[in-house]
Amino acid sequence: MIQLSSFGKYLLMIRGMFHKPENLKMYWKEFMHQSVEIGYGSFGIVVIISVFMGAVSAVQTAFQLTSPFVTRETIALVVRDTVILEFAPTLICIVLAGVVGSKIASELGNMRVSEQIDALEIMGINTKSYLIGPKILGALLTIPMLVVVAMVLGIYGGRMAGALGGFLSADEFDRGLQDRFVAKNVWIGLAKAYSFSFIISSVAAYYGYYVKGGALEIGRASTNAVITSCIMILITDYLIAYFLL
Amino acid sequence: MIEVKDVRKSFRDKAVLKGVNFVFETSKTNMIIGASGSGKTVLQKCMVGLIEVDQGEILFEGRNLTTMTPEARKELRQQVGMLFQGVALFDSMNVERNVMFPLDMFTDWDIKKKLERVNTVLERVGLTGTNKKFSNELSGGMRKRVGIARAVVLKPKYLFCDEPNSGLDPRTSMLIDKLIHEITIENQITTVINTHDMNSVMEIGENILYLEDGISEWKGSNKDLVFSKHQRLNDFIFASEFLKDAKDMRALETRGIIDDNRDMNEILKEGKIEPGKDEKNDK
Ligand SMILES: Nc1ncnc2c1ncn2[C@@H]1O[C@H](COP(=O)(O)OP(=O)(O)OP(=O)(O)O)[C@@H](O)[C@H]1O
Ligand SMILES: [Mg+2]
Repeated sequence: MIQLSSFGKYLLMIRGMFHKPENLKMYWKEFMHQSVEIGYGSFGIVVIISVFMGAVSAVQTAFQLTSPFVTRETIALVVRDTVILEFAPTLICIVLAGVVGSKIASELGNMRVSEQIDALEIMGINTKSYLIGPKILGALLTIPMLVVVAMVLGIYGGRMAGALGGFLSADEFDRGLQDRFVAKNVWIGLAKAYSFSFIISSVAAYYGYYVKGGALEIGRASTNAVITSCIMILITDYLIAYFLL
Repeated sequence: MIEVKDVRKSFRDKAVLKGVNFVFETSKTNMIIGASGSGKTVLQKCMVGLIEVDQGEILFEGRNLTTMTPEARKELRQQVGMLFQGVALFDSMNVERNVMFPLDMFTDWDIKKKLERVNTVLERVGLTGTNKKFSNELSGGMRKRVGIARAVVLKPKYLFCDEPNSGLDPRTSMLIDKLIHEITIENQITTVINTHDMNSVMEIGENILYLEDGISEWKGSNKDLVFSKHQRLNDFIFASEFLKDAKDMRALETRGIIDDNRDMNEILKEGKIEPGKDEKNDK
């Protein structure tokens, strides 16, 4: 019951966002600010994670592919497909749920607890659209970009690992990379990225915006935001895989 | 002018406001006093619509806030300034950006004009030169003054202050009270102040509402307060024995019973000290 009513409140929050901005310029500024915060702010961690996940998947695939009937180039193919379909969108977004989600939740939670949201309301500003809207849009703009970066770097990481480990030369990797490439996979990867971006930002905004109480609650809200969005990401991941593949 | 008529508000089954009536007058510093937990903050938040009332009317120059459309309410709020109990400065912005924020949002002035206005207001609250400081670099009193600056930068018609001088020393409190009072008169604002600081009440309490347990228990000016015979109000205002005595003395003095040339012992012997005997009646 509680779950159901909070889901209703969540939907109402999303609906409350759609309002004519009081001042388009200020909303644009806030959108830019959030895009930088979310996108640029998590660029470093995305780079590190994607290179390593590509490398690890290359090494592990090589370890598992011992059959003489499969060419070694297949390793590249497997790395490419897992990175594009699963690792880049899902793994990166799970990490971003922690990095970006907790930031959004605690920022809004702090504003709620210290009455800054009330102060904005009093000025006649629609805080749902002004505070939450730019965050969700910023996430929708930048997180898929980060995922694309992760796709490229992940594959590159696999290529590097193959060359460094001596089990797959760069040439072999490049040949395997072009083998049986399905463009649809990239679109599915992006569909995941967009869905997850929305989940991360809106769930975190929900938990932050409706914090009640004091500083302790802010921490709890960001933890809950991360847990809930991770679970929702995994469920959505499954559904997309099931229906689109 | 803001009229509050029979406002009631409960949280779950706890009744906080149980029928509040009052008229807040224009160009005056209207005060809400009452013990901690008597519902002052809740009343103020109801008046600006941050909390929805269960029952009653809140009339801004006759326009009822409780039945307004969201659009009308947003428009009204652009004429409202509010200083929160915890000030609520935007901590991601410096002083200048905080004060400029309402201008950014609701005017299409160029940056030069906005800066000019910001500096005028900052000068008015005595904070010239703090433009680039952040909230955490300010003292409590400075923060309150930035809050006031932000609240009045758009020249509001209504100003709400929730305990503007709690936690400040008596002198700074007095300065802030005077500041609010002057701004109120200069700009003909309807100002509503929550306080339990009796210095402020005596200093600028032109129109006072005493809330007791969610009921508008007593109304009047600071002068009426001094002479009030309302027992619980007196116990609240003149909490210490010393102040109670002082009030009695003051009453006797105005009635000409005490004057500096007479010996106190003589008065006591005459047995005339029966405080409150022929004071004027309460409203
Ligand atoms: N959001 C809320 N939910 C439930 N109860 C509340 C809420 N806000 C206030 N109350 C209750 O309403 C009562 C009045 O609170 P209020 O904050 O108005 O007191 P106050 O007169 O401003 O006190 P103080 O002088 O200490 O600021 C308190 O008993 C408080 O517990
Ligand atoms: Mg209060």
